Amino acid sequence: MIDLEVVAVDDRIPGIRSLTLARPGGGPLPPFVPGSHLVVECGPAHNAYSLTGDGAGPLTYSVSVLSRPDGSGGSRWIHERRVGDVVAAHGPRSAFAPVLSATRHLLVAAGIGITPMVSHLRSARRWHRQVELLYVHRRGRGAHLDDVEALAESASIFTDRESFTAAVDDALGRQPLGTHLYLCGPTAFMAEVTARATAWGWPSSRVHVEHFGTDAFDPGEPFDVHLTSTGQTFTVDSGVSLLEALLAHGVDVPNLCRRGVCGECRVEVTGGEVSHRDLFLGERDRAAGDSMMCCVSRAAGALLELTP
Amino acid sequence: MSSVSSNHLSTFPFPFTADSYRYSTNLAPAGTAVTTATGGWGERIVDVDAHYDTELAERAVILAADPSRHAVLAHMRPAAWDAMLVLMRELAAAHPETMSLTGDGTTWHWRNTRLGVTADFVVGDESTLPAEPLAFIAAQVQEDVVLLDRRGGELFLDAGVVTFAAAWSFGFDVGMEFLDVHGPVPRLRESGVIGRAREFILRLQPGEAYRRTNWSIAMGSHLDQSLERYPDWAPARAAAASSDDDAFGRLVHLRVEVQHLIGLPESGAVCFLIRTYLLPLAELAAVEPWRLRTAAVLAELPEDLADYKGFAAHRDRIVAWLDTHGGP
Repeated sequence: MIDLEVVAVDDRIPGIRSLTLARPGGGPLPPFVPGSHLVVECGPAHNAYSLTGDGAGPLTYSVSVLSRPDGSGGSRWIHERRVGDVVAAHGPRSAFAPVLSATRHLLVAAGIGITPMVSHLRSARRWHRQVELLYVHRRGRGAHLDDVEALAESASIFTDRESFTAAVDDALGRQPLGTHLYLCGPTAFMAEVTARATAWGWPSSRVHVEHFGTDAFDPGEPFDVHLTSTGQTFTVDSGVSLLEALLAHGVDVPNLCRRGVCGECRVEVTGGEVSHRDLFLGERDRAAGDSMMCCVSRAAGALLELTP
Repeated sequence: MSSVSSNHLSTFPFPFTADSYRYSTNLAPAGTAVTTATGGWGERIVDVDAHYDTELAERAVILAADPSRHAVLAHMRPAAWDAMLVLMRELAAAHPETMSLTGDGTTWHWRNTRLGVTADFVVGDESTLPAEPLAFIAAQVQEDVVLLDRRGGELFLDAGVVTFAAAWSFGFDVGMEFLDVHGPVPRLRESGVIGRAREFILRLQPGEAYRRTNWSIAMGSHLDQSLERYPDWAPARAAAASSDDDAFGRLVHLRVEVQHLIGLPESGAVCFLIRTYLLPLAELAAVEPWRLRTAAVLAELPEDLADYKGFAAHRDRIVAWLDTHGGP
């Protein structure tokens, strides 16, 4: 964990607060891979925020946070910070990195989903990567437009969904062999673009998604859990995570981000189908079906058997 | 062909922790000290020792004679710069009196007075260094350096400078997937060890570092036992049979690799370091617990592993030699 002091606040875009963080007293911070996020302890919540600065030898970290009055409280907490406040953070962690061997990078962002793309653009500029950005935002709410202008060799910015959707479809159809696609924005937006990419024949290994804008997960259906280690059986209610239920029943599960990104809370599954909602396990892990990230994933059926 | 004398006993990374050995995913956090019968090892990721000058001179000779020992596939350029900076920081932290890395994030100054090297460079601009970045730093560490790319849920050996390979060929393996690279190792895939290692490496976060040891039995003290040089070192295996007891004890070496895995902080690639240490039986036998344990491990090892580790033909003689060379 690192303590970071708020050294600057930028509220120029309504509803979006950008924080600049540094070590109290200064000094170098750990470098990071483009697309990395920082997990910030926001009061009771642990929220992952994309780092928007330069990952090479950073002296500060920058994050931009959208205000979500209906969210879990993390964004509200961030919006209450002032210059001089100290926050606790974990990371940075990499889960949305540019693929080094890609011949070209197509970045598609909606709203606050622009944040991980900014560090991608910085890195693309340093390493002369071919990159194209499509970005849609609500009128007057476009975060990081100045960064995009300074960094992107090819950027198309939209404020209406219709022309954006047409441009995305056009872009998906004209990319050369070896292009990788990166998506960040609301879940429904990413599902739609992924479906369009699939229709154009993009293999899933070339499509990379970063699930921001998902402040609250679908609360899910209740299900029963049986622990083979202790013989206990209990119910995980709708709106309660499996991790929370395990901890409440005295099962000590290591955990950190509680957002399905850090990989700490993996538990072994010996029975029942899993509805994977994390961002950590790969397709192979999911196909194996013998583990799950209990902070966000749930049972697909009525019962799960675990050996935590 | 040059060769090196054995490393100092006190820092030799004796690899056996039990009287039998099988491959395992024996990964531990890097930088933690290990206590051995003679002293200890493991506090540093990059180890500069008394053989620094001779081993680096040997590396230079090998690279000059065979450029295939060095390769950086085009997409690994950022990873090569990344690895160079990480290794410079490791060296500078361990040897601040002779090595330092300073800079403002754009222009860096590297100083290695041990070798009389200085450089002012800009990351990403190859024209500011006298050599390709991976080659530049590999000329200043005794470790072999391999860079692994992570893509599509797989690992690829896509760059490196490897001059001290133990019966493999870097030039042959460049571009290969991790499981394919390890295809020739008996029992590795079936046991699940290599699959677990791959999953671990795929999840290694930038800035994290882990290590493991590996070992084999080598005839002679040549660090370069690559497949490219097979005709130079393989005949020594046959010659061992006709050597007398004293010569046998000097010829047969326990060859240990200390391997480090480092998540590279900016490119997200993985740096794999291989440092090779050689200890002849004659010196190993002077350490009583090592003599007994090595004899037990070598006697018990299944035939396919003994063959892969290079000593099946001489197993009985090595074990007998160790059994009869105890005491002062």
